[in-house]
Amino acid sequence: MTTTTRPAVHKRGTTDRIKKNLVSGKLAAVLLLLPPALIVFSLFVILPLVDAAYYSGFSWNGYGAPSDFVGMQNYARLLDHSVFHTALWNTAKLIIVSIVIQMPIALGLALLVYKKTPTNTLFRLVFFLPYILAEVAAGLIWSFVFDGDYGITASIFQSLGQESVYVLSDSQWAFPAIMTVIVWKYFGFHMMIYIAALQGVPKDLIEAAKLEGAKTRQIALFIQIPMIKHALVVSGFFAIIGSLQIFDIIIPMTNGGPSNSTHTIVTYLYTFGLSRLNIGFGSAAAVVLFVLAIGIAFFYQRATGKENKA
Amino acid sequence: MNTTTRNTFRVIFLILIAGLVIAPLLASFFGGFKSNAELRINPLWLPTSWDPKNYVSIFLDGSFWRYMGNSFFISSMTVLLTLIVGAAAAYVFAQIKFLGSKMILSYLLLGLMFPFAAAILPLFIKVRDLGLLDTYWAVILPQTAFGLSLAILLFKAFFDQLPKELFEAAYVDGCSYLRFFWSFTLPLSTPILATVGVFVFVQSWNNFLLPLIVLNDRSLYTWPLGMMQFQGEYLTEWNMILAFVTLTITPAVIFFLAAQKYIVAGLTGGSVKG
Repeated sequence: MTTTTRPAVHKRGTTDRIKKNLVSGKLAAVLLLLPPALIVFSLFVILPLVDAAYYSGFSWNGYGAPSDFVGMQNYARLLDHSVFHTALWNTAKLIIVSIVIQMPIALGLALLVYKKTPTNTLFRLVFFLPYILAEVAAGLIWSFVFDGDYGITASIFQSLGQESVYVLSDSQWAFPAIMTVIVWKYFGFHMMIYIAALQGVPKDLIEAAKLEGAKTRQIALFIQIPMIKHALVVSGFFAIIGSLQIFDIIIPMTNGGPSNSTHTIVTYLYTFGLSRLNIGFGSAAAVVLFVLAIGIAFFYQRATGKENKA
Repeated sequence: MNTTTRNTFRVIFLILIAGLVIAPLLASFFGGFKSNAELRINPLWLPTSWDPKNYVSIFLDGSFWRYMGNSFFISSMTVLLTLIVGAAAAYVFAQIKFLGSKMILSYLLLGLMFPFAAAILPLFIKVRDLGLLDTYWAVILPQTAFGLSLAILLFKAFFDQLPKELFEAAYVDGCSYLRFFWSFTLPLSTPILATVGVFVFVQSWNNFLLPLIVLNDRSLYTWPLGMMQFQGEYLTEWNMILAFVTLTITPAVIFFLAAQKYIVAGLTGGSVKG
């Protein structure tokens, strides 16, 4: 990362060097190649985030310049809003499920298919398939699966002689259903990270353990998993940051309902900020999301820092 | 238990899991061939007759092609811009050392940590104030911006590994930095360009939140928006909706099977280095 290539600089005078730089076009290269990235990035990434912080201090519908300064009122309203509490709690649930259920599933499957054989490649492709689908498409397919009249769950209930359950319009079942879809959608991604790491574990280490009579489970537990700690840390990070941003899957499945029980932070800021043009209020929610993401990233890195360097 | 039986158990277990994973997708594909009445009693298994009526009616409907065309254009332009702008910046960081270059690099890499969703409200305002609402650029430019950090990170790592002797030789022959970028660095970097390109394409192709916010004009809709529109029109005609979903995800699946090497490399490369 830190090594920078540059031509061997011959000892010459400063003027010589400047002349040389001009001829070789060093300055021209910097001035021509760097600004496009800087402009696009500043305009559409950094500036909007700064704006969000600014807008969050105003009561503003997005038209004209924001003038109605309300201080911290948007944040106070946010903290008072029970739907926002639900959204925060749901987001927390997504993080927990991703780490406690999804990652172990991904790890288990990775251990089963990491070796390079044709059948394993096939299984890997199948497991990875949900990840490359658009979230909206996945959400729509699953809202069919969970449909109370047509869906697969409905026919399972019927074949058991039970009354059909409208999973997605039941505030008790809707969010667990969404979490199921999210595990289905993303476990393949984590599995791929583990597979890449597992393939890097020295084979002779495993062979040696086998000769010593170690069982497959012991090899996994005491050699392979400790050796891919870095991959686990990285995938845990992705699980958290990804969970904070879940939006696309929810819209086709429940759109935040029934009775606002399935909102996440992002569907919340979309529904209550943008669709109702409460830009100031929505921006406050965006700032909370931003602070959570950066804060978690920071603490996560500190907490796992030792493993990271190992 | 000997290794053969163990392996048989392993394969059976994996087949079961694979079946569970793929069942919703197969149900969607099969469902597109069914009538709504049949779907109600048989949501999962093969259709009684392979009647392509639903698929054909979507194919004949111009809006389907419109959505796909819009998505294709937006994704291609996003890839093109991300590759050009990202590679250009990464080249400067890899090849030229100047005061503050490390700081500028860190600045451009900040995007790796920022949640895109946190920026959508101001992004909507910004895009509107620039007069870009309801244009392709409203999607292309922010997507490029948010893809830049990862692109620059991966490009720089790759450029750093290119043999230094090459530049020294070209330099002695009077080759300028710009020419070297164009005639040597870029052609030598096709693997990483392909990796990032495929990755950016898939992200853009699947993007929903950004187009949802900046596109109102139906003739500009990308396919995820079109799909939600279609679902709103057909409500409980699940056979039509499933046919539509199947048709829209098929290109992605084919593309993935063709380019999986690059997609996986982009993922794991990005994750290991990020």
